[in-house]
Amino acid sequence: MTLLQVRHLRHDYRGAAAVDELTFAVGAGELVCITGPSGCGKSTLLRAVAGLVEPTAGEVRLHGDPVRAVPDELSFVFQDYGRSLFPWLSVRRNVELPLRWRSVGRAERAERAAEALAGVGLAGVDDRYPWQLSGGMQQRVAIARALVTRPALLLMDEPFASVDAQTRFELEDLLRRVQRARATTVLLVTHDIDESVYLGDRVLVLSRSPAHLVADLPVDLPAERDQIGTRGSAAFVALRGEVARRLRAPGDPAAVG
Amino acid sequence: MSAAGRFLRSWALFAAGVLVWEVATRLAGHPFFPPPSTILVTGARLWFAGPVERAFLGDTVLDDVLPSVLRAVTGFAVAALVGVGLGTVLGRSRTGMQWCGPLFAFARAIPPPALIPVFLVLFGIGGRMQVVTIAFAATWPILLNTVDGVRSLDPVQAETVRALRMPPGHRLVLVVLPAALPKIFAGLRLSLSISVILMVVSELVGSVDGIGFQLRQAQHAFDFPVMWAWVVALGVVGLGLNAVLLAVEQRALRWQPTRATGVPR
Repeated sequence: MTLLQVRHLRHDYRGAAAVDELTFAVGAGELVCITGPSGCGKSTLLRAVAGLVEPTAGEVRLHGDPVRAVPDELSFVFQDYGRSLFPWLSVRRNVELPLRWRSVGRAERAERAAEALAGVGLAGVDDRYPWQLSGGMQQRVAIARALVTRPALLLMDEPFASVDAQTRFELEDLLRRVQRARATTVLLVTHDIDESVYLGDRVLVLSRSPAHLVADLPVDLPAERDQIGTRGSAAFVALRGEVARRLRAPGDPAAVG
Repeated sequence: MSAAGRFLRSWALFAAGVLVWEVATRLAGHPFFPPPSTILVTGARLWFAGPVERAFLGDTVLDDVLPSVLRAVTGFAVAALVGVGLGTVLGRSRTGMQWCGPLFAFARAIPPPALIPVFLVLFGIGGRMQVVTIAFAATWPILLNTVDGVRSLDPVQAETVRALRMPPGHRLVLVVLPAALPKIFAGLRLSLSISVILMVVSELVGSVDGIGFQLRQAQHAFDFPVMWAWVVALGVVGLGLNAVLLAVEQRALRWQPTRATGVPR
């Protein structure tokens, strides 16, 4: 079943096209990674899908309905967790936040926040302030806040680009676990080829700006993935090579971000 | 260093200053400069000679000190309400400050004591004139800091607000005002000292009670120990009000990393 449809999307930035003629669809329950050279318009594409920027042309449909503003059943996770969490709210109040203007009672709010925090492996830090946590823990809080509304679609913009490698592996596994447990549809932007293959059920490869789709590769890896085993497997290495080749524009080796 | 040690260190210079003053005034023996011990005894007689059931507070504490403090606090509270309210509206509006900027710059440039004669004509001698004077002078720092504060929302926070589809009311209370709070408190601190200054100045020229009034009365009567005692009282009132505001600020901004318990500021 198709959840998200993007058709002939174009977005101009300062008079020049950042994204052009993008067409793809994402099925319910899929985890799709978008990768491309740096500065190619990946983030712009994600913001257009979220309804945060209005596309110059083309359309985005969620459940078949055109997206004009941010839809209610969509959550967004930013790269910059440090500034995306509100420093004056405790961890629990940050996670509860999106429920405060939805008709959810106080008790249920607390319950769902606790559940979301437990889901991302955070317990006992409810009353801390975000700055008292490590970067990886802060991004977990941001993910919990995104999941607390039980969104149909989760958009993530380079969510693990600002944490150290070890934490990054943990968060990648966490994301796959949470995504499968909740059957959430995820569209994730990353500049890291390995990450796109490791995380995705599908990898969309974008060209240099103006970004258009150069490949839509299914990831034929087992659903259960392992940081060491999966990354060492022949299938993974082959896919990674394929993504890298598609990223490299003909005659321009510098295009690989 | 222990708490007692820190306390000793921070007040040691103060105590030494008082001691030097005591010795100097005793040596000089000039009537204009009574020694601190005399001032203290005079003050104690002034303020703590009341009946037991009033905790020994003298008449003048109820008749002068209390009204003074109430006026300062009322004027300050009005300034805080107007400053934060108007500042939020103007700061959030795109063109508000373009309209009001020059007007504010002019109004703020007038030294507030110069308006006391005007307010005296409008409101007559008494508390109303004083509260208006204090409120007028104390509004500007709060207003301008609030405008600045509500505009200083981080771009990532602003985008987060949009991505969360936060309604305007929630946005104001949960994001815009908390983000502006550090700047608002900077304005409040400045305005509190302005309030105390204007409280005294307005009482010196247009009042029939209050600390400033008593200070001037003592001066006219050549009762210099009493005059000095009121000066000391002003210092104590200022310190006390400031301590209350700092406590409120510490609580309201306790989420700031630099204010966490145990971390020196």
